[in-house]
Amino acid sequence: MMSTTRPRPADGGLAPMALAVAMRLALPALLLLFAPEVVGAQEEAAISGGDTAWLLISTALVLLMTAGLAFFYGGLVPSKNVLNTMMMSFIAFGFAGIAWAVAGYSLAFGAGGAFIGDFSMAFLNGVGLEPSGTIPHALFMAFQATFAIITAALISGAVVGRLRFGPYVAFITFWGLLVYAPVAHWVWSSEGWLFGLSALDFAGGAVVHVNAGAAALAAALVLGPRSDFGRQAMLPHNVPFVLLGAGLLWFGWMGFNGGSALAANELAALGVVNTLLAPAATLVVWSLLDVTFAKHITAVGAATGIVVGLVAVTPAAGFVSPMSAIAIGAIAALPSYFIIRWRAKSGLDDSLDVFAAHGAGGFTGAILTGVFATTALNSAGQDGLLYGNPRQVLIQLIAVLAVFVYSAVGTVVILKAIQLVTALRPASDLERRGMDVISHGEEGYATGDGAVIILDEELNGTPASAPTPAVAGGRA
Amino acid sequence: MKLVKAIIRPEKLGDVLKALYQSEVRGLTVSRVQGHGGETESVETYRGTSVKMELTEKVMLDIGVSEPFVDIAVKAVLNAAQTGGVGDGKIFVIPLEAVHRIRTGERDQAAVTPVAS
Repeated sequence: MMSTTRPRPADGGLAPMALAVAMRLALPALLLLFAPEVVGAQEEAAISGGDTAWLLISTALVLLMTAGLAFFYGGLVPSKNVLNTMMMSFIAFGFAGIAWAVAGYSLAFGAGGAFIGDFSMAFLNGVGLEPSGTIPHALFMAFQATFAIITAALISGAVVGRLRFGPYVAFITFWGLLVYAPVAHWVWSSEGWLFGLSALDFAGGAVVHVNAGAAALAAALVLGPRSDFGRQAMLPHNVPFVLLGAGLLWFGWMGFNGGSALAANELAALGVVNTLLAPAATLVVWSLLDVTFAKHITAVGAATGIVVGLVAVTPAAGFVSPMSAIAIGAIAALPSYFIIRWRAKSGLDDSLDVFAAHGAGGFTGAILTGVFATTALNSAGQDGLLYGNPRQVLIQLIAVLAVFVYSAVGTVVILKAIQLVTALRPASDLERRGMDVISHGEEGYATGDGAVIILDEELNGTPASAPTPAVAGGRA
Repeated sequence: MKLVKAIIRPEKLGDVLKALYQSEVRGLTVSRVQGHGGETESVETYRGTSVKMELTEKVMLDIGVSEPFVDIAVKAVLNAAQTGGVGDGKIFVIPLEAVHRIRTGERDQAAVTPVAS
């Protein structure tokens, strides 16, 4: 999102243009409509087919990430909670997505002030197919929507197993409008105050990950731990799902970081290359840490390490060199690994370590962006500490702290407000039985043994003609 | 020798195991079962179809004990597994003809006495 602040004119001189015009005149007239590079060569902003194609793909890639997240989280919880956990990601498509279209996009990218946009684009007013940079405006909005969706879904990892679904849905809807949109405005809108400070956040290290990490920490504290936390080991029920989820996340992240160049160009390539290398480095270091402290390179550890690396490179992807990305990935493994170990011993039930992976990973990545950034690779960025600009580290620090504090406070306020209307947690015996049945009326792995279809007559209250088992001797 | 067969709520297994271990009863087998007692069947919905789940998930423990430990084991399970709600489960005490320890060939009381290792 930070690659260019002004759209670039179409490439090429006169000769290729003349040839193109001649070629196009030979085609059916309708096709002339699809050659804006020729017609619009004089305009500053014109739709680029290449850029649009890449952003179309990136939008789909980031959308897939939310589904991947569902598997990553779903595999980490006991089977009695798998549907509830995965639904927390999937439902974000609906509520966070629509909230974004209706008002969030306008609040984030509208022309308001330094802290918030406005409602000029509410209900997608004025968001059509005209160029925004070199891609259609609606596509930019959609690409951004996938970011808003996954940020909301990320928070769910801290509250699995003990948050009623209705309050969760209300929470992510309000959070998207009151926390995510403003923070996106601060960092990515040209009027935002952090943008004005030259804070660097290529694809959302602060906007997405520190934001979600802070919200996760706050939500875990407000809700309190699960009933069995501390006594019962809550083990992952499907580690293959966790690996599947990590793989899908990595795949989608190519669009998350690469697409944030908003163009199919060298910066997108840099983003993709860094998104390949940084998590690879994190995985290596994480494996060594795991061997040291857990005696084995664990699958859950590998999946977690990959995600931490992806998070850490997110703010840096279009600003640093590939070798710097490797360094960032390697370094980022350390704080997250040790925070997870600490968290397990503390009383904090951030069930799926959202704070350690996204909060700490995003924090580390953002600070290291201030170290390794270089304008030699991205002239629209800044130089970092290693390139003679130590001030950038301070700016990054200010940015992450501001996002962290605002997100944490906002989360507490929203949850407390919801709590005034309805309870956040279910009764503890219901919680122990499993959230899937109480929240969704479904089981993740129902065998169907002994399941009987309820006929309409029974639903309407007339005596059942289908037998219910008669227990000799009355209630057991 | 008796076989204490207990059917309990799955979420109570941790408490029951803890109570048994504290009572020095350590040899047991656990299996996941489904069953029905007096509880109302829960209703679940799948794609527009309302379904009555007549079988509920339960956990079954098989504990082979010598006579002195029968009451201890039964009491441990009763106290730990109880919630007061319908569906808490049942304990069956079944006469057991013989118990053999495979490793050593010991029988009956010797077979269920833990080896101090």
